[in-house]
Amino acid sequence: MEKFTRLEQTAIPLDIENVDTDQIIPARFLKSTDRVGFGKNLFRDWRYDKNDKPIADFVLNNPTFAGPILVAGNNFGCGSSREHAAWALTDYGFKVVISSFFADIFKGNALNNGLLPIQVSDSQLQKIFKAITKNSNCEFIIDLMGQYIEVPSIGLHIDFEINSYKKTCLINGYDDIDYLISNRHKIEEFERKRNA
Amino acid sequence: MGKTLFDKVWDSHVVDQLKDGPDILYIDKHLIHEVTSPQAFSTLNDKDIPVFRPQQILATVDHNVPTLNQHLPIKDELSRNQVAKLRNNCEKHDIELYGLGHPHQGIVHVIGPELGITQPGMTMVCGDSHTSTHGAFGSIAFGIGTSQVAQVFASQCLLVSKPKSMRIIVDGELKKGVHPKDVILHIIAQLGTDSGTGYFVEYAGEVFENMSMEGRMTVCNMSIEMGARGGMIAPDQTTYNYIEGREFAPSQAEWQQKLKYWKSLPSDPDASFDKEYHFDAAEISPMITYGTNPGMGIGIQEQIPSSKNESFKKSLEYMGFKQGDTLNNLPINYVFIGSCTNSRIEDFRVASDYIKGKKKAENVNALIVPGSQQVAKQIQDEGLSVIFEEAGFMIRQPGCSACLAMNDDKIPAGEYCVSTSNRNFEGRQGPGSRTILASPLTAVAAAIEGKIVDITQL
Repeated sequence: MEKFTRLEQTAIPLDIENVDTDQIIPARFLKSTDRVGFGKNLFRDWRYDKNDKPIADFVLNNPTFAGPILVAGNNFGCGSSREHAAWALTDYGFKVVISSFFADIFKGNALNNGLLPIQVSDSQLQKIFKAITKNSNCEFIIDLMGQYIEVPSIGLHIDFEINSYKKTCLINGYDDIDYLISNRHKIEEFERKRNA
Repeated sequence: MGKTLFDKVWDSHVVDQLKDGPDILYIDKHLIHEVTSPQAFSTLNDKDIPVFRPQQILATVDHNVPTLNQHLPIKDELSRNQVAKLRNNCEKHDIELYGLGHPHQGIVHVIGPELGITQPGMTMVCGDSHTSTHGAFGSIAFGIGTSQVAQVFASQCLLVSKPKSMRIIVDGELKKGVHPKDVILHIIAQLGTDSGTGYFVEYAGEVFENMSMEGRMTVCNMSIEMGARGGMIAPDQTTYNYIEGREFAPSQAEWQQKLKYWKSLPSDPDASFDKEYHFDAAEISPMITYGTNPGMGIGIQEQIPSSKNESFKKSLEYMGFKQGDTLNNLPINYVFIGSCTNSRIEDFRVASDYIKGKKKAENVNALIVPGSQQVAKQIQDEGLSVIFEEAGFMIRQPGCSACLAMNDDKIPAGEYCVSTSNRNFEGRQGPGSRTILASPLTAVAAAIEGKIVDITQL
């Protein structure tokens, strides 16, 4: 997994609530057996019309906005457990998603792929949307070590929470799988005890 | 203080606890399918590690498989490749696979219970969010991402933080024509699609106590649609009767031993929950959805509510509805009866009971997709297939089908489909399709009438 520590970049606003993983990557694109290449179909049906022409008013097609930070409405990533949603976002180039609420499975999948989900309050989210709409070049500082976001242009500072174990994983690029394998002796011991 | 059903099962599966971090949770059964497993197998190959406990894994094909001519090679190259990959991976790692043509093949959340694999007190996972279905047996069952599928392959464990607990109690008696699907759609409409996030739900009260296992599975299946990782119902005599005698159910001495354990599982009377909600069964009517998430549901007679929320307006615009509309009498052209929510034998019995002696409306395409080969066989053996065919319904072979449109079973753009599935997201049943979620009874009534009708008013 790629390491994540700090980022100073611009953001893309997606002011829609309950963005489900079927919108992030529709099921018909889940037939690949690789983890790469999903970015081209990210938000496929919002991004392209039925003739595969880009839909001008969708934010990813708007050249005004760019950057590896996605700011999205409440309850982002609800629905299917498909990790392809996280793969599509990272493949497209996103490193951070900011929302006022994340669905559980999506959040876990994001963290397992070096994509940092940051939860802020509703009012903070509205301030962030306003700031980007007013000035698409406004810079965000995302500091995982210090657990804060800053938007200097509007003097916004937000501390965010993250599970300390997950923080360590992101900073060092550790996978859960390595940790679990290193604990196999405990797992075998557990199996022995319950079968006794 | 007493423990909840959830506490009892969770706590007995904790291998170790990380300080300020997640638990190492032991997983009893791991179900896999063709779509969310290939990348997990690749992780094992890349790291050159074996599958730790292959005998605790069960594989089937369901998501992308065609529902016609399953004896022929799959036409779609990518789907064929995914199915072949699963077969190769299962052979290589010595995992049991119920592939196409196998008498046990079917939707993963239909075959687990019907084979007696799903049992109370277990921990179960699958790379599919509707794994919550299995909670109907009093097991902790939840959907996971592909990285986690790889973790379970490698260690039979997951690193997960214990969720908070919620109890939803529905007391009283359901009105005639109100089905388990209506109960869960009502609950989600009342609480909202994100109300359960961070929680594991226990459903309790008279309504669930009196519900069949099929009905309980429908309810637990949709727990994820309110954001909850899973839902559970305490095991009772209904549960034991369902399991007993099934292919992989324990027998004789083992049965007695298991039964003793299962009977210890229900929440203690003094157990407390982080959140609790109460509903009155009498207030639940046949439900339908009008928007693009499962929380946007109303009674069939009710009006679509008003909201200034932009996402709400966008959703109605997609569906072609207006605030204040009622959907009663709305003409529809497609009906889909299937999916891990409603494709069990009881669902088709309800459907055929209503259909018997009737014909579907001419404009309607009505699709019956059994959840498994066993259900398909029961439909034949019980003579339901004759009723469906005479009424003009198409019966297909088992799979996820038009629930998520990964195969050829798609609803055309702009068309309304009354569907017994679980998600009405934009384009879920095919690009531009408009899904109206409902119970099997409401769905067949719509197929017969060619429009949405309130079954309790007919």
